Amino acid sequence: MAANVKENSLCKKHRRPSDIILQIVIYICSALVVALTLGMIIFIVIRGCEGMSWNFLSTPAFSYPYENYGVLGNIINTLYLVVITMLVATPIGVGAAIYLTEYAKQGRLTQIIEFTTETLSGIPSIIYGLFGSVFFYNIFKVNYSILTGALTLSIMVLPTIVRTTQEAIKTVPAGYREGSIGLGAPKWHMIRTVVLPSCIDGILTSVILSIGRIVGESAALIFTAGIASEINISSIGDIFSKVMTQGGSLTVQLYQYAQRGGAELKYAFSTALVLLITVLIINIAAKLVAHSVRKKRG
Amino acid sequence: MEPLKNVKLSTKNVNLYYGENHALKDINLDIATNKITAFIGPSGCGKSTYLKSLNRMNDLIPGCKITGQFLLDGEDIYAEGVDTNVLRRRIGMVFQKPNPFPMSIYDNVAYGPRVHGIRNKSKLDQIVEESLKAAAVFDEVKDRLNKSALSLSGGQQQRICIARAIAVQPEVILMDEPTSALDPVSTLKIEELMNSLKEKYTVAIVTHNMQQATRISDYTAFFLVGEMVEFGETEEIFSRPTDKRTEDYITGRFG
Repeated sequence: MAANVKENSLCKKHRRPSDIILQIVIYICSALVVALTLGMIIFIVIRGCEGMSWNFLSTPAFSYPYENYGVLGNIINTLYLVVITMLVATPIGVGAAIYLTEYAKQGRLTQIIEFTTETLSGIPSIIYGLFGSVFFYNIFKVNYSILTGALTLSIMVLPTIVRTTQEAIKTVPAGYREGSIGLGAPKWHMIRTVVLPSCIDGILTSVILSIGRIVGESAALIFTAGIASEINISSIGDIFSKVMTQGGSLTVQLYQYAQRGGAELKYAFSTALVLLITVLIINIAAKLVAHSVRKKRG
Repeated sequence: MEPLKNVKLSTKNVNLYYGENHALKDINLDIATNKITAFIGPSGCGKSTYLKSLNRMNDLIPGCKITGQFLLDGEDIYAEGVDTNVLRRRIGMVFQKPNPFPMSIYDNVAYGPRVHGIRNKSKLDQIVEESLKAAAVFDEVKDRLNKSALSLSGGQQQRICIARAIAVQPEVILMDEPTSALDPVSTLKIEELMNSLKEKYTVAIVTHNMQQATRISDYTAFFLVGEMVEFGETEEIFSRPTDKRTEDYITGRFG
């Protein structure tokens, strides 16, 4: 009797050896993930600091008549690409998502569209680059331009925006819609005042994911936006005419520095450091925006 | 029972199908002006479906087919050319689960009036205050009109939803089990509120709770598997039901 009580004791842990082994394996796996990520970041920071200087951040790269290592031109080009791409892709993507979830009759056509967008998001980016360079050359008759690059990137990020926004719209509670429609609100009014505000988190997330992809993209840009790193802005008009000129992004510049190797390799790491920090800032900004939106709604 | 006087909403030979499912069978029912009409019956009997067909909320459901006649003050609400937005302004709705929008209390109540084109700030202020007072929730929220409506308790949220429905000056208010998600104290507050609502509005309410029907309603209709079994004055239905099935239900033999 006494032994029986002991065996059923709540305090006694029954641990099987397989449990212990599995737990150790899981610990090792997660430790590896953390160590790899941290190791890589530390490596990039250390190597990146070698070539980092105020001059590197504040001047563009050029190789004629004398060498200068900088990324300012590429930072500006990247900003151009981000802004133009998002200005083009966000309204189209959100609009398409609204149509697909709110207006389109659920059926074969919407299934095909959804399947296509999913497939599109899995296509290697260099294919977008190849397509964009030929397609937009026929429209603009310019070999390389920031606009061509941005439009190519727009096509590339559209599926992400459409799918993420669709999922966000689907999570809006039916009660909100019924409440709005029940008050006599026309459909578009309901979408504008109730549906979109309550899935703004999701839309912002998709925008931020897309910005991350744009900042990190290189393959689709080499054929389309080109590799130039000059700033070429001396008047207000230049700000706009710049979009029709060639402009390499940070990643493309990284590629060039790394390609030449040797002493220039450290500048590739410095560029990588700038990219890392940019991505970090974007992620923090995303969290802050989502947080403030949520707070505003209470 | 004698025919009703002052019929606000009259329905004749109503049949409703969800695809193959025949959800409402030949319903003939009138709803009297400035009275509370309760629809009772077990789950799935069609009472909510019938209620929702009165302001065409079923239009939103794909595969839903409705036949029969629905007259609001003699006007066919399913006629071609009927503006459902106007219809739903005249026949408002309060839902089972409190569903305030994720915005401030003020904006929730002002939502309807804004939909229908009222922009004037002082006019809106007045509507919001009057509606909140009519929904017996003004005193509890008057100091925090700009706070999110989602921060309120369930009972308060439901009264905000009632205020929101009142704010567009409807003629009829449909309530779909408005207290089933609430605690007894909140339920009591809403029941008290309903008594004052019928002075200005015609109310139709679906309820699972038979005591609630006896407490608040003037007329009761009993639904069973898509049919309207019996309709009459609430007192009559609960004291002298004529149909055996009604009697079985209200005495708790099933349901």
